[in-house]
Amino acid sequence: MAKVHVTTSINGEPMEYLCEPSDTMLDALRGPLGLTGSKEGCASGDCGACSITLDDRLVCSCLMLAVEAEGHEIRTIEGMAHGDKLHPLQQKFLESAALQCGICTSGMLIASDALLRKNPNPSEEQVRFWLAGNLCRCTGYDKIVRAVMETAADMRETAQ
Amino acid sequence: MNVVTNNKWIGQRTIRPDGVDKVTGRAAFAADTTMPGMIWGKVLRSPHPHARIKSIDTSKAEALPGVKAVVTAKDIVDFPVDKSVMLGIQDMRWMCRNVMAREKALFPGHPIAAVAATSEAIAAHACELIEVDYEVLPWSIEIDDALKPDAPILHDFVKFEGKPSNIAGRLEVKKGDIVKGFEEAEVVIERSFATRPVHQGYIEPHACLISVAADNKTTIWSSSQGQFMVRAMTAHLTGINQSDIRAIPAEIGGGFGGKTIVYLEPLAAMLAKKSGRPVKMVMTREEVMRATGPTSGSKSTVKIGAKRDGTIVAAHGIFYLQAGAFPGSPIRGAVGCSFAPYDIPHVLSEGFDVVSNRSKVAAYRAPGAPIGAYAVECVLDELAEALKMDPLALRLKNAAKEGTKAAHGPVYPRIGYVETLEAARDSDHYKAPLGKFQGRGVASGYWFNAGGESSAQVNITEDGNVVVTTGHPDIGGSRAGIANICAELLGIDYRRVSVLIGDTATIGFSNLTGGSRVLFASSIVVTQSTEKVIHTLRERAAKIWDIDPEAVKWENGAAHPVSPNAGQFEPLTLAELAEKAPSMGGPIGAGVQLNTVGAEGGFGTHIADVEVDVELGIVRVIRYTAIQDVGRAVHPSYVEGQLQGGVSQGIGWALNEEYIYNKQGKVDNPGFLDYRMPVCSDLPMIDTIMVEVPNPKHPQGVKGVGEVPLIPVMSAISNAVHQALGKRFYSLPMSPPKVLEVIEG
Repeated sequence: MAKVHVTTSINGEPMEYLCEPSDTMLDALRGPLGLTGSKEGCASGDCGACSITLDDRLVCSCLMLAVEAEGHEIRTIEGMAHGDKLHPLQQKFLESAALQCGICTSGMLIASDALLRKNPNPSEEQVRFWLAGNLCRCTGYDKIVRAVMETAADMRETAQ
Repeated sequence: MNVVTNNKWIGQRTIRPDGVDKVTGRAAFAADTTMPGMIWGKVLRSPHPHARIKSIDTSKAEALPGVKAVVTAKDIVDFPVDKSVMLGIQDMRWMCRNVMAREKALFPGHPIAAVAATSEAIAAHACELIEVDYEVLPWSIEIDDALKPDAPILHDFVKFEGKPSNIAGRLEVKKGDIVKGFEEAEVVIERSFATRPVHQGYIEPHACLISVAADNKTTIWSSSQGQFMVRAMTAHLTGINQSDIRAIPAEIGGGFGGKTIVYLEPLAAMLAKKSGRPVKMVMTREEVMRATGPTSGSKSTVKIGAKRDGTIVAAHGIFYLQAGAFPGSPIRGAVGCSFAPYDIPHVLSEGFDVVSNRSKVAAYRAPGAPIGAYAVECVLDELAEALKMDPLALRLKNAAKEGTKAAHGPVYPRIGYVETLEAARDSDHYKAPLGKFQGRGVASGYWFNAGGESSAQVNITEDGNVVVTTGHPDIGGSRAGIANICAELLGIDYRRVSVLIGDTATIGFSNLTGGSRVLFASSIVVTQSTEKVIHTLRERAAKIWDIDPEAVKWENGAAHPVSPNAGQFEPLTLAELAEKAPSMGGPIGAGVQLNTVGAEGGFGTHIADVEVDVELGIVRVIRYTAIQDVGRAVHPSYVEGQLQGGVSQGIGWALNEEYIYNKQGKVDNPGFLDYRMPVCSDLPMIDTIMVEVPNPKHPQGVKGVGEVPLIPVMSAISNAVHQALGKRFYSLPMSPPKVLEVIEG
């Protein structure tokens, strides 16, 4: 079957790639685009390790077809830091040891960022329910939830 | 060895050396690596739980365009069944049959053949074209079925009491005389328990990329808990010399014991050898669930006898653990650890290793110990109730302490178990009020911990910074601990220390990351290497100053004269000495390889609060505190993280996780949707209290901390559910349908 040509924007940069019609967005990111920061843990949308945003909407890239990116804005973990300046969430995850093995970390950060864009002042319960689609087997989530809430507080303070 | 005190970095919450790579997506995990000319491998797996393989015809698969190689058991080294060949705790007789079915398929998912092709889709299609003639055999999954007199026997050569059997082994530890002990007892509680198999649940599926050159020089990139284990097992199973294999450790996306054996590497190596192309293999989540891990399901009977004043006089445990398709369930953990927190004069603890038609079990965090502790700690709760004693008071009365001889052998040195009980008793958590349908449970746990082989190399860079290389994959932050220790010893900022995980060609042999041994062992060899480096630095300064090396001390990152009598010299910093290195004797660095000893057991005590939704049968953990003697918290955040992570795994095991089999003997929930691991909204914050009783046999006082946190969880929650409902559960998981059944009587 002939490959499909897709024109899209990834992390603010114009991008083009060829993909099979059946390829997932995760296949395209990790394959032709070489963006391996998004991980595959389940391929069924249950672990969230491949989380990206599509036009600011949080999605599992394993559940989205690569052709669906045509004309849309994709954001991945590779676009989260600005140059050598980490995003406040990345910095807080580091400082508060909110990662252990690191395989879920990309997805956790993308999902947390999507939450804070929607809701800059989430309660612990809101953080927990928002991140319920992102499995972490190492941390028990404690330090992740704390890191997200502390980042939100810092960002609110900075915004004032 | 003296314990270092007044530290600047040890005990600090520094930023881990590999952290930025991991928060930016740059870190390379096993499936992230590619090579030019790479092709893809896929595995054909048995659909049957038990079947004789009469023939395999791969001709149609081989003829498919794009297919470059096909391998079957014929391509894997055969280890005849009559002689054991051990590699660590793994017997190659079973490993060669586990990576590829030989005479029989023994579980659904058992590899039958593997194909390498130019795309994953072609490889998968080629697998479908392989024709296998199976003679389907009767099977048994559960322990009770495997032990029936007419049960299908998995291995004719496995014998118990002289007859072919599915009991592959028995292990016991003994102290005193339990008959005499139980005669002295005034209150005796005896109960039976069952647990289901649960998976380690690492988020990263197994993956590897392997290239084999025409002269057999082999490079393996894979994620595992030990690159040296990967090298050795791949060599054994493929016949390639160990010296021809370079195993490069990728970042590891969780393991918890489940990545201490190989599954794909021997297959990929043979596919690469046959095809002449690099081969990449990545498991799907379903393959992970069907054909790797998990830990055992179990049935246990525990009997404990005490005097009216609460003195425990006798204990008897019988633990049957599922091994899966090949012998090797973790009976040692169940038998050795279960009664280890207590000073009991008469103990008999027996374990039975039972094979059945499930995937071969793999280590899972304190293998076997959580299963044993579940039974023992629940019986202790009933004993406390019968004696009208507070459950912590009962444990305190019988707690093991310095000088206690454990049934499994050791006489304990100074340990911090009593301190964990006292911290639990004195905590706000233990005193907090409870509401309706809420309950509180406590439980304790013990793990052996381990030392073993470890290697390190410490090199000073030309600009006066430090590169430390060790041989243990970093599974949860060990690089951060090593950076703290090395910086502390050198008296420099921890950010000047870079910590790398060496591959099998660049660092000396190092045993697995597992058993709660890595920071214990690696910090000993890093300490000794750093001390050698400091010795060299002192010698260099002495040469420059033209004084005796003994007259030079190393302090705050620089050489100083020990006293004014030694001479008046300006300090020479690490950077200055590094700069002068070429003219003062050459590069500065040192390595140490050692079989480390002195690991001491770890103890923990947990408090769990639950609330039961009596309408829906849902048990929610509403508060949790894990208390542990951690020896010395070299990096407190990652020690806390180990405790919190272990607790969350235990909560899953207690409440929801289990393998569910259908009538065809196949796992019915092989994905994260139906195999229900705790998600963020299932858990509360997990509080930790770190008791620090330094290990006197370690330079920094380190004790392993990774395994203990899983051990008490299931019993703490079970005891809490009992208090909430007034009804007791004797099997796991306490999932909503089972809870409702008990509530409704």
